Amino acid sequence: MKKIISTFLFVTLICMLCVPLTSCESKKESKTENSEVTTLYVYNWGEYISDGSEGTLDVNTMFEEWYFETYGQKIKVNYSTYSSNESMYAKISSGSVNYDVIVPSDYMIERMIKEDLIAPLDYDNIPNAQNILPEFQNAEYDPDKNADGYNDYSVPYLYGMIGIIYNTTMVDEADTGSWDLMWNEKYAGNILQFNNSRDAFGSAQYSMGDVNLVNSDSEEDWRRALEKLKEQKPILQGYVMDEIYNKMENGSAAIAAYYAGDFMAMYENNNDLEFFYPEEGTNLYVDAMCIPKSSQNKLIAERYINYMLSEEPAVANAEYTYYASPNRVVRDNEEYIEYMNEIKEGGYDLMYDTDAIPTSSYRNLSGEKLLLINTLWEELKSDITVSAGIYVLCGVIIGTLVCLGIFFAVRKKKRNIY
Amino acid sequence: MKFLSKFYIAIIFALLYLPIAVLIIFSFNESGSLSEFSGFSVAWYKELFADEEAFTSLMNSLILAVSSAAIATIIGTFGALGLHRMRSRYIKGAVNSVTNIPMMNPDIVTGVSMMLLFVAVATLIKSQSFFGFGTMLVAHVTFSIPYVMLSVMPRFKQLDKSLSEAAQDLGCTPAKAFFKVELPEIIPGIISGLMLGFTMSLDDFVISHFVSSPDFQTLPLYVYNQTAHNVKFSMYALSSLIVAVILVILIAVNFAGGKKRREVAKK
Amino acid sequence: MRNKSFFQKAAAVPHIVWVIMFIAAPMLFVLYFALTDAQGQFSLSNIAELSKYGNVFVLSIAFALIATTICLAIGYPLAYFMSRQSERAQKILMVLVMLPMWCNLLIRTYALMALLDNGGLLNSLLVRIGLDKVSVVGTNFGVILGMVYDFLPYMVLPIFTSMTKLDKRYIEASHDLGCNNWQTMTKVIMPLTVSGVISGITMVFVPSISTFYISQKLGAGKIDLVGDTIERLFQNTSTYGVGAAMSLIMMILILLSIGIMNRFSDDSDEGRMAKRGGLK
Repeated sequence: MKKIISTFLFVTLICMLCVPLTSCESKKESKTENSEVTTLYVYNWGEYISDGSEGTLDVNTMFEEWYFETYGQKIKVNYSTYSSNESMYAKISSGSVNYDVIVPSDYMIERMIKEDLIAPLDYDNIPNAQNILPEFQNAEYDPDKNADGYNDYSVPYLYGMIGIIYNTTMVDEADTGSWDLMWNEKYAGNILQFNNSRDAFGSAQYSMGDVNLVNSDSEEDWRRALEKLKEQKPILQGYVMDEIYNKMENGSAAIAAYYAGDFMAMYENNNDLEFFYPEEGTNLYVDAMCIPKSSQNKLIAERYINYMLSEEPAVANAEYTYYASPNRVVRDNEEYIEYMNEIKEGGYDLMYDTDAIPTSSYRNLSGEKLLLINTLWEELKSDITVSAGIYVLCGVIIGTLVCLGIFFAVRKKKRNIY
Repeated sequence: MKFLSKFYIAIIFALLYLPIAVLIIFSFNESGSLSEFSGFSVAWYKELFADEEAFTSLMNSLILAVSSAAIATIIGTFGALGLHRMRSRYIKGAVNSVTNIPMMNPDIVTGVSMMLLFVAVATLIKSQSFFGFGTMLVAHVTFSIPYVMLSVMPRFKQLDKSLSEAAQDLGCTPAKAFFKVELPEIIPGIISGLMLGFTMSLDDFVISHFVSSPDFQTLPLYVYNQTAHNVKFSMYALSSLIVAVILVILIAVNFAGGKKRREVAKK
Repeated sequence: MRNKSFFQKAAAVPHIVWVIMFIAAPMLFVLYFALTDAQGQFSLSNIAELSKYGNVFVLSIAFALIATTICLAIGYPLAYFMSRQSERAQKILMVLVMLPMWCNLLIRTYALMALLDNGGLLNSLLVRIGLDKVSVVGTNFGVILGMVYDFLPYMVLPIFTSMTKLDKRYIEASHDLGCNNWQTMTKVIMPLTVSGVISGITMVFVPSISTFYISQKLGAGKIDLVGDTIERLFQNTSTYGVGAAMSLIMMILILLSIGIMNRFSDDSDEGRMAKRGGLK
């Protein structure tokens, strides 16, 4: 018995030591095993590609098959996801991992170009770039153009615009149309604000009527936005991000600013929801495909980008995500138009008939400005008033505790005297 | 009075279990709506079982819990042995109080402190992908050790010193004496320490939250990420399953254990 | 006395090394980050920065105090009544107390939020029977309710354990000596269960003051407590220092209050162990 136990302990110890080793080994093994199979590392936003769930097309597998048929080379797409530009940036800039294709947003592309983290594209390998509508080819965030007038570093993947989602059973139609809805005291306790600084400040800045305030250089502009947000805080239900989905769908909140594509997804589950782009103007952002400088397979990565621009995968991605596509072949696709209009009457126009709305994009801000925003955001979040009731309650509790303490101390002393 | 006390117990437990009951009932709701129950269906469970991410996080949780509990038990047991034998009271006291810090501290402080350590090491070796299984393992071992010590230490205190000395007089080396004579005596303490470490590791969210990376996700982290997004009803199914498993284990441990104890008592 | 062998001396070495590397060193890092500026120079600027969070601290302490008091007020009678049930019933009730403790806190908090949200089950029932909606999520009341709901079992279990350990003959004796029920309660039962109460209070107060998930879900990101603030500060490299300072202050605060508490009782480990008592 004792022997068994000590052997058992010994064996577990050995096993424990082996676990990290074997896990490393197996990784290495799979690499060498697939020596004829090239792995393409794609790093994209979460739930941002048609992945075969719920009867959709599995775009990455389709690419692997297409590539083998066309070029006779076996490719394995290693697909991983991130949830913010900043976390993606941290990974790429650390240089510890080599991704081949990434999909940052506009301002992050601007930053990555500046920091020399992404490589210029060879458009000979991306003939489908002609599918991208011209207005997306003269992007501000990617100022250098090639001979054909294409963005040097990035090919737009999907884009979106922020608007305001509201519940028609709770909100008066007459109050809608402007950012002021988010500041309307009539709906106190039913309004949701972004829980990230740039978008929250953005909503305040757009509401002031100048779309360029979001990239303002003046500290005073940001302070004004902070005051506006502080004024809004008491009537908010909360600061949330993706929880908006559940809260809007089940009627827990009446008003929330979010992306048009997400509205379509919510509308599918709750037909009482409606959406508008505020008249003062709003944010338009573009997520575009780029290739990091560290990529080992630039040619395959370019072919991957090219494939994503062809009709079938591009339509599948647009249908899966509900985000707007900058791709001509998607916009002209009859089946896609029908699909969007089926989800919501006028859904297609809601996404694309947006020329009348003033828009601006977030630009890359200086480190100094980012620090300022951070400080202001902290100021907003820690702006808490402690009501008198709480002070009274705590006073009573602490008072009772102190009385008890004194009572016991006195009793103890008395006892000690005897 | 008797009735009143029963009534009070019933009310409090009803309130305590209401949200969990709702969760379980609505995990069988066909429509995936919380406001009304439209029909019985196990569709959400099917969706859950098809979810690879949930399965991977479960496996990660188990691997982490087993390995961290085993390492913590080995280190803690030998630590208890060494400390028990140590003559200097000051070192003993110092080591003991430092060991107990993670038990007294709020989890968030323990998590943050480990994160700062790992960040410092990561900048030293200039690697960002440092976080993952390794850091999680270290953190889980660290917060399990005090619990292992707590369940093993009393066993050492009960040990009869002369037993080990007798074994050594009879020709055992000290190491052999430990394994042959003392270890069997403290085994129950070791096992309960192992179990404690295992459950602590499975349950931990806060500390893992600070030392994990998206590449290595445990079940609590998976639940956290799910509830921060568009919550699907498969999350309800997952939660119901977790509640069910815990209920079964609790009943097994409490009632089966009770029987054994009674049998021992009879003898 | 024989010489201590190498084996026995060496046994504690891995433990001591581990404890120094992964418990003591991280604490020093907290101290280091809290007391230096971005250039690594000694400075109190991070501590000074905390003055901005005065109300956050006040609110956290207040919520934790209120939640602990409510837990005690509900939990003490509950534990007492439980201890007066038959042995079999006690066993079942014990499992019922422990089940929520073992279920992940995230799940219970989320379940509570789903139930109480403006569009949740409770409110849709209220609307159906013609009443007004009750807003709980995003209010102070909601956060305190969440704390009470999540941590009540941590209060009940240690008190219940100390009640069952209490020798029944003391109660009989006090009755024989002419005490009525109330006097028995205050003069015999309460003093003898103080240690359970103390560990219950510790086990509710510490997680309440440091929580961030409860305030995130039931406060809807609007009511920021110390835990939320620390969590947010550690998402951004530039604010690690302030976050460390905040953790440091909270740690000192909690260790101080635990120290004061333990002057009333001598066994502090018991309560924490009781959390996992199911395996003992």
